[in-house]
Amino acid sequence: MNLLEVKGITMQFGGLKAVANFNLNIDKNEIVGLIGPNGAGKTTCFNVIAGEYVPTQGKVFFEGRDITKSRPDQITKLGIARTFQNIRLFKDLTVLENVLIANHLNLQSNIFSATFRLPWYQKEEKIMYERSLQLLDQLKLTQYKNEKASSLPYGLQRRLEIARALATQPKLLLLDEPAAGMNPQESKELMYLIQELRDKFDLTIFMIEHHMPVIMGVCQRILVLDYGVTIAEGTPKEIQSNERVIAAYLGVEHIA
Amino acid sequence: MKRKIITSLIIIGIVIAILMLLQNTLDNFKLRILNLAGIYVIFAVSMNLINGFTGQLALGHAGFIAVGAYTYTLLVMDSDLKSMNFFLEPIVPFLSSVHWPFLPAVIMGGLLAGLAGLLIGAPVLRLRGDYLAIATLGFGEIIRTVFTNTQSITNGSLGLKAIPMPKSFLFIEMKNAFTWWVWTAVIITVIFHFLLVSSSYGRALKAIREDEKAAEAMGVNIFKHKVWAMVISSFFAGIGGALLASLMTTIDPLMFRFTLTFNILLIVVLGGMGSISGSVISAVVVTILMEWLRFLDQGFMGLPEIPGLRMVVFSTLLLLVVLFYPRGLMGNEELSWNKITKMFQRFHMQPREVRK
Repeated sequence: MNLLEVKGITMQFGGLKAVANFNLNIDKNEIVGLIGPNGAGKTTCFNVIAGEYVPTQGKVFFEGRDITKSRPDQITKLGIARTFQNIRLFKDLTVLENVLIANHLNLQSNIFSATFRLPWYQKEEKIMYERSLQLLDQLKLTQYKNEKASSLPYGLQRRLEIARALATQPKLLLLDEPAAGMNPQESKELMYLIQELRDKFDLTIFMIEHHMPVIMGVCQRILVLDYGVTIAEGTPKEIQSNERVIAAYLGVEHIA
Repeated sequence: MKRKIITSLIIIGIVIAILMLLQNTLDNFKLRILNLAGIYVIFAVSMNLINGFTGQLALGHAGFIAVGAYTYTLLVMDSDLKSMNFFLEPIVPFLSSVHWPFLPAVIMGGLLAGLAGLLIGAPVLRLRGDYLAIATLGFGEIIRTVFTNTQSITNGSLGLKAIPMPKSFLFIEMKNAFTWWVWTAVIITVIFHFLLVSSSYGRALKAIREDEKAAEAMGVNIFKHKVWAMVISSFFAGIGGALLASLMTTIDPLMFRFTLTFNILLIVVLGGMGSISGSVISAVVVTILMEWLRFLDQGFMGLPEIPGLRMVVFSTLLLLVVLFYPRGLMGNEELSWNKITKMFQRFHMQPREVRK
């Protein structure tokens, strides 16, 4: 059984078909990339999978369960976490708090046992803190734990977003342009990080990326989207030599 | 954790000591202002939960206060008082014989206000920003209008008079029992909100304020959390409303116009959205100023008597704060010993740094 199964998704905004008949199967522990020129509908695909949009047509299955119409928070609870293209941290809160919030979904105690600090809540909160600190440690963010998220440099903010997503204990991680705005050195580190995370957390990763070195270096399989239509799918090698992909990115010469 | 408990106990002790001192030294008028300040603290702190911490611009507070005030009044009045009040149209029979003691009536006022918060919040909290503000403002006014027109339940625009004040505090008869009730409610409200806001649920509320979409993507059920915030906020508004009714000894629907909501919002904004201690300080200061500045209304320095002139001061104050100090007195941080000592340290350190 596939971990994620996307069947014929079409997303229409008024007269604009952002994504047309998009199909995707992701197996456990795979790293799959999604590329395409600007405005090709990549982030729309992500938003459909993450529950932000309900698709006009088609269905999304996660571990065999239909999640097409589930809310984003329900989907996160099932095990799909995401990062955002334009970083969306809780800016005014500390780094630690950012990660703690992502632990909130596993909280069993209700709002009153939490407020009155009943023993079972205190126990849960202790576990929450331990897990968050451990995660910050693994992503080398421990030294910033009491700083405001907005005060971190850009690369670390990206890393914190990944840490926050991991804190929800996902099975599938959706990364929306994790290398955006990074220099070659940083994006190289990110590549290693992604692979390391996959192994350490037993993750499956589906990522959108524009940095070709990153996507070619880290993904086992790549999908190419252009104007909402999947124009190619295959291994990095196949994609690199695919004519339609080259045409979509560079354009073709028309001889009149 | 233990240190926190000890410091809070010390603070509570100090508050009680100050109250002891004040209620023995203050005259009746000043004591009344002290009570009113306490009630405004409850209003401001509870409004801060939904507006400051959750970031939802909900402006229905006056409506919830009205629910609390009327519930309390109708429960606490005995049948003689009721028949005296309802001279135009008799009260509905099932309410006429109800006669509850003070504390259960106050709590019932809070519970019904919380219920009103749930009923209004559930449909309305799907809206955001300005739309939410308009909708909640409208519902607050609807509550008031309903109270104006249900003559046989609320006595309509005639209002209710001669609401009794409690004469005993925790079964002990004393002179200023009401002050003790009010400030006990204040202490409970403040502690409850402190604990709530610093719990995991409080963090989730702050996450909703910071970025709704990201909060949702982190698995926070934003609708459920917003409704909880609304219900708790209106519960405490109802408690405050009950106490207000008791303090005023007379209520009528006009007391609960949206200007009441804006007075509380003024306090919250001045104190800092998302700071409980800011709300407390600002509520006390504003309530005292509101009384102290009354001399402006009565004509001064040759000016004629202009009722409401003191409100100009508050408008100006609000304008200045919004322009030059948009985060309010405390921003979204809390007053802490660390902060106070830091402030003094900075004060002391400066000359030394210059010498370097």
